[in-house]
Amino acid sequence: MMQRLTGPERQLAMTLCVIVALVGLLMAAAGHGDPFGTHGGIVLIAACAAALFVLRAMGEPEPTEDRSRSYYDDPTKVGLIIALFWAVAGMGMGVWVAAQLAWPELRFDAAWSSFGRIRPVHTSGVIFGFGGNALIATSFHVMQRTSRARLAGHVSPWFVLLGFNLFCVIAATGYLMGVTQSKEYAEPEWYADIWLVIVWVAYFILYIRTLARRNEPHIYVANWYYLAFILVVAILHIVNNLAVPASLAGAKSYSAFAGVQDAMTQWWYGHNAVAFFLTAGFLGMLYYFLPKRAGRPIYSYRLSILSFWGIVFFYIWAGSHHLHYTALPHWVQTLGMTFSVMLLVPSWASAGNALMTLNGAWHKVRDDATLRFMMVAAVFYGLSTFEGSFMAIRAVNSLSHYTDWTIGHVHAGAMGWVALITFGSIYSVVPLLWKREGMYSWKLVEWHFWLALSGTVIYVFAMWNSGVVQGLMWRTYTDSGTLAYSFTDTLVAMHPYYVARAFGGLLFLTGAILAAINVYLTIRHAPAADPAADPASAPPRDRPTSSEAAEPAVPAAE
Amino acid sequence: MDITHALTAAIAKSFGLFYLIAFSAGITAYAFWPSLGRRFDKAAKSILDDEEGPCR
Repeated sequence: MMQRLTGPERQLAMTLCVIVALVGLLMAAAGHGDPFGTHGGIVLIAACAAALFVLRAMGEPEPTEDRSRSYYDDPTKVGLIIALFWAVAGMGMGVWVAAQLAWPELRFDAAWSSFGRIRPVHTSGVIFGFGGNALIATSFHVMQRTSRARLAGHVSPWFVLLGFNLFCVIAATGYLMGVTQSKEYAEPEWYADIWLVIVWVAYFILYIRTLARRNEPHIYVANWYYLAFILVVAILHIVNNLAVPASLAGAKSYSAFAGVQDAMTQWWYGHNAVAFFLTAGFLGMLYYFLPKRAGRPIYSYRLSILSFWGIVFFYIWAGSHHLHYTALPHWVQTLGMTFSVMLLVPSWASAGNALMTLNGAWHKVRDDATLRFMMVAAVFYGLSTFEGSFMAIRAVNSLSHYTDWTIGHVHAGAMGWVALITFGSIYSVVPLLWKREGMYSWKLVEWHFWLALSGTVIYVFAMWNSGVVQGLMWRTYTDSGTLAYSFTDTLVAMHPYYVARAFGGLLFLTGAILAAINVYLTIRHAPAADPAADPASAPPRDRPTSSEAAEPAVPAAE
Repeated sequence: MDITHALTAAIAKSFGLFYLIAFSAGITAYAFWPSLGRRFDKAAKSILDDEEGPCR
């Protein structure tokens, strides 16, 4: 991998490894006896491992080909494989967490294996590990193709990808040691947060510099979504994680916010993490890979612009719907509720745009499980955004909030929309990047599709039932005005649904394992694509196509 | 100058009321600007054939 770097680039990579290793050493020495020191050790080991990779390439001959004539896909390939690793690890943790809720003896009485510690390993593992790596990898792919330009830099993509994964590892190991700043989806402590800011700024600069090299007059809409994802996540992350460390040699810090301001900042962050991490970036995937796989341009490009700005303008204000009936001023709750309801318009515009694109290609949806992944993802996107707008209404929220309905809603989005569009994108991009005729086994892709779909449906229905039953039991009064059910009564009522939820999750995990196996076999054993073969007989879009790129280049400023 | 609740509420209820509407009007005009149609169509189609490598 590192052989494709020139001498100065290898030296730069080595310098970065040494700097990070020194920081790790300093952390390990200063934080001895604290989880901070353990994390220093992890940083040191990670930097040394990266340095070994660079060292192995140090004596090798430098690349002689004209690198600007091809796309730089090595970081994308590694990113996709890491994403699949996190998918299996994060979803595996999810199944364990779900099983703990159904059978509490699976907690095994260790501190690290308690629900409060492994639950964030699951959420961060799937959101940041699986989703984040898939977003970074596909964004590298999409930004180059849509700009018809090579990545602007050969070291910075590796810095972004590996630096982000170092953050993920610090986060997950921290949770197991009990390190958390108790903000949902923003649990990692101050030093991990600072590191992520550095990585994220490098990511933003890389994206902007690649776009600046583009040979297309117009920036394709998928890039807008990816850029919104990068930029807004940076802002959210910095503001919500403002904190004062208790000591520069320890993990503990204190938030800059307190009371209801803290709650509002957290849910401004939390809901926009859903909006810009779990929606905008994946819409970028949808707007690139779905038209490409279907072989048809997006149904309405104008609508895609409108829905992009609609999503950006509205989502930012929706976070306060997480704080209905709290100390937050009533008008702020109403503001969040109103914007959440309005959000339905751009959300359904995107979902509808995706489905209308498939008009004329429905036979492909029937035959091609990869495209079917994307179609079902668009349907779940429409369903879960409708549900989200509905649940944000204060009266509905009074029933749904704090119940499993919320969990069901999140998973309709995370499994049905985010994971399915990601798997669809992975299946369409893997044969292309490794120059294979197609995936190793289309039957495994079919199996994965049906396992994922049935797992999602079982999960979501279980949580809908569980949540509504729970919510109704909590608000049922006797004739004498006391609560009819004790908390334990509700737990007993939940049990069958929790078993069903764990089973649904297990099906989904099985599908993800099949995906990882299939990708491995594709890389190792699938027949190589023959560039001389007749493109018409080739599987659709699984190979490089002849292109309009032969046309004269259009200057960047038209 | 202190940032008080009254001040932020006043900004939110005056400027805040209109700037998003102004943005939305601007974006709608951009999305439906007739002369941009060809550029949008070209962008939508161009992704279907982009594997040959960077064009030079």
